Amino acid sequence: MASSDPRPGAGRRIDEPTGTQTVGHEWDGIEELDTPMPRWWLWTFYLTIVWGLVYVVLYPAWPLVTQATEGVLGWSSRGQLAEEMTRESERKAPILAALAQVPIERLPEDSERMRAAIAGGRAAFKVNCVQCHGAGAAGGPGYPNLNDDDWLWGGDLKAIEYTLMKGIRQPGVDETRQSQMPAFDGILTAEQIGQVADHVLSLSGKARPSPAGAQLFADNCALCHGPQGRGDRALGAPNLADAIWLYGSSREQVVRQIRAPRHGVMPAWEHRLDPVTIKMLAAYVHSLGGGEDFVEVAADPAVQVDEQP
Amino acid sequence: MSSPEETVLESGSARPGEQVRAAIANVNADGLQPEPARPRLFEKRKTVHNRRIDGPFRRFKWTVMVVTLAIYYGTPWIRWDRGPYAPDQAVLIDLANRRFYMFGIEIWPHEFYFVAGLLVMAGIGLFLVTSAVGRAWCGYACPQTVWTDLFQHIDRFVDGDRNARMRLDAAPWTLNKVARRAFKWTIYLVISFWTGGAWIMYFADAPTLTHDFWTGQAAPIAYVTVGILTLTTFTLGGFMREQVCIYMCPWPRIQSAMMDEKSLTVTYKDWRGEPRGSVKKAQKEPGKFGDCIDCLQCVAVCPTGIDIREGPQIGCITCALCIDACDRVMAEIGRPRGLIDYITLEDAKREAAGEPARPAWKVLLRPRTIVYFSVWGAIGLALLFALGTRSHTDISVAPDRNPPYMLMSDGSVRNAYTVKLRNMQSRPRQMKVAIAGLPGAAMWSDEMGRDAAARELIFTVPADSTAPQRLYLVAPAGTPAQDFAFTVTSLDDQRETDAAETRFSAPGEGQ
Repeated sequence: MASSDPRPGAGRRIDEPTGTQTVGHEWDGIEELDTPMPRWWLWTFYLTIVWGLVYVVLYPAWPLVTQATEGVLGWSSRGQLAEEMTRESERKAPILAALAQVPIERLPEDSERMRAAIAGGRAAFKVNCVQCHGAGAAGGPGYPNLNDDDWLWGGDLKAIEYTLMKGIRQPGVDETRQSQMPAFDGILTAEQIGQVADHVLSLSGKARPSPAGAQLFADNCALCHGPQGRGDRALGAPNLADAIWLYGSSREQVVRQIRAPRHGVMPAWEHRLDPVTIKMLAAYVHSLGGGEDFVEVAADPAVQVDEQP
Repeated sequence: MSSPEETVLESGSARPGEQVRAAIANVNADGLQPEPARPRLFEKRKTVHNRRIDGPFRRFKWTVMVVTLAIYYGTPWIRWDRGPYAPDQAVLIDLANRRFYMFGIEIWPHEFYFVAGLLVMAGIGLFLVTSAVGRAWCGYACPQTVWTDLFQHIDRFVDGDRNARMRLDAAPWTLNKVARRAFKWTIYLVISFWTGGAWIMYFADAPTLTHDFWTGQAAPIAYVTVGILTLTTFTLGGFMREQVCIYMCPWPRIQSAMMDEKSLTVTYKDWRGEPRGSVKKAQKEPGKFGDCIDCLQCVAVCPTGIDIREGPQIGCITCALCIDACDRVMAEIGRPRGLIDYITLEDAKREAAGEPARPAWKVLLRPRTIVYFSVWGAIGLALLFALGTRSHTDISVAPDRNPPYMLMSDGSVRNAYTVKLRNMQSRPRQMKVAIAGLPGAAMWSDEMGRDAAARELIFTVPADSTAPQRLYLVAPAGTPAQDFAFTVTSLDDQRETDAAETRFSAPGEGQ
């Protein structure tokens, strides 16, 4: 039972074994000793107060109506972030300057430079490209997979860079990649479209050959897709004989694409991103596993290859 | 044995409660209301001026001090040749490169279980020692004890022994006292600085770091670390001393739970010593007094300033200097030694009842100590076994998950993997990576094209490092999803091998 005497210090007694006074409370026979604290402990307590005062003067501390007191050091977490970002841009500045100097087809000659470009491209890809091409650049129906070895417009560094800069079917850009497959709905009958689809699927062994379809293909399609259906990169005509299908490989999907083709649009990035970022993006896409070698690299490093990709 | 002056000083340094008790006694004597005096909230530290003593335990403490300090200050300077690719410092904690070197052993971060195992062994070792011989760690080997002991010897060297130091403490601040204090604290500071300086040598090449340190080229963290350790050594060793053991350290509290009535501890044999009386009194009234002549030598030599005759207490670090002191007095007055002695509380009861003490081996060998020792030894053997059989070649594989597989234009299926080859030897090594299973598959790396694809690739892995390789693996059209493994073989005399199971993903998986 607690002591009923309200006077401070009442009920205090000396504990015999320790010779220390109790605080005067008792709970079922358990009492608390009033052992004095060591004096130095008090000093450490004062030291923390001094520390606190110094901190309040040096760093942001007191919350005011719109902001807190700033502290004489002027430190802020935003400021620290800005400082770290500045340091990082300063670190990257020479790398970016070097990348700006080098023509893209010469990028692989210096593996260190190539790695830096790929790393920068990976970051830029996450911001600008994943919305359509996916985080793993695997694309989806209508959005090309960038990891494979099938390229509609060319898979070497310079071709990829061109596609990035000018876009695909981007309205208002003169030099954009342009291809337009006609809709055969009305030109060919439904039966004929089915026969063409059978022939196209037979090219990769997905259907039995259709002689009627082959004839229709030769008359209507071979001009762009080639007699063997292998496509033409200059025209952006897809290879129909391989295993990769942008809009699906089922008969219905192929029929639909012949009847009323869909045409994807990729924006031109020329005026949205700086040339170095585009270069780095091209390097990253090229590095995903399907990149092709650029065939002709000028012997003189100063000369840029001026070739219509 | 004790001068009158000293006895007065001893009673002057009585514990706080006694003074309060005395105050109450006075109040009662005056016939006033018996109201307890208000206790003080804070208590000034009473400086411990321990007297010099010689004896077996003191000599043991000297030995432990010399050995532990030599290990601490000297270890970073031992050289150990590991060839051109690794540092030549015998013990080095290379935080920047994440390596821990200890003589012939090199530990990587993923092998931290060795360090964890050593820490567990250290913990169980402390349990073992505590259950057998009580607070031996506190008394002899704890850094706080060793440095406190060292600083107390400096006190003695500069200011003289106990009485001289007490006189100097009480004396006014004359020029002589100021000079003595300045001299003493300078020695404290030099030792503290040396202590902090030795610490950082474990984390970098000692000769280089010493040069860099004195020429101002060392990393800021080196100066900060030395500064902090100098400050803590100076404060904790020079001034806080026994306050650390009594107020700050958790170990005395844990040890209270670890010790039992079968653990050896420093004990005053009150049945033999009480009632206390001087030699003269004992001569006058033979048989009335015990062996303790109340000479207070046990208190005078105590480095924590306690009176062991009050029984086991948190302030007693069991350094056994009181045993040395008491044995010496007993020898002088011709009584048997061991009035204060290492004895278990159980044996103390037996002895008090007149039974003979048990032999030492019986005290030390009991189920608890045997179990602790077995666990300790088993962990040690397991660590040694693991160390002897560990491989220095390792492969780990992370398959690309996005996308999990890639259809190629010819219908074949490509998977990409990040394969890490680990070479734990201090020399570059060639390693052969091969596909185990997955018929018809071939792989190539970033550095080569698909036309160079093969089932076996050879990579050169730099000394003491992990080389990540991005591998593209292609399997013919129609290959179903399945498990397979990458294997690695070191192309040297050791022919170490390792394998990593992983999965080949293909269209149709999971449908």
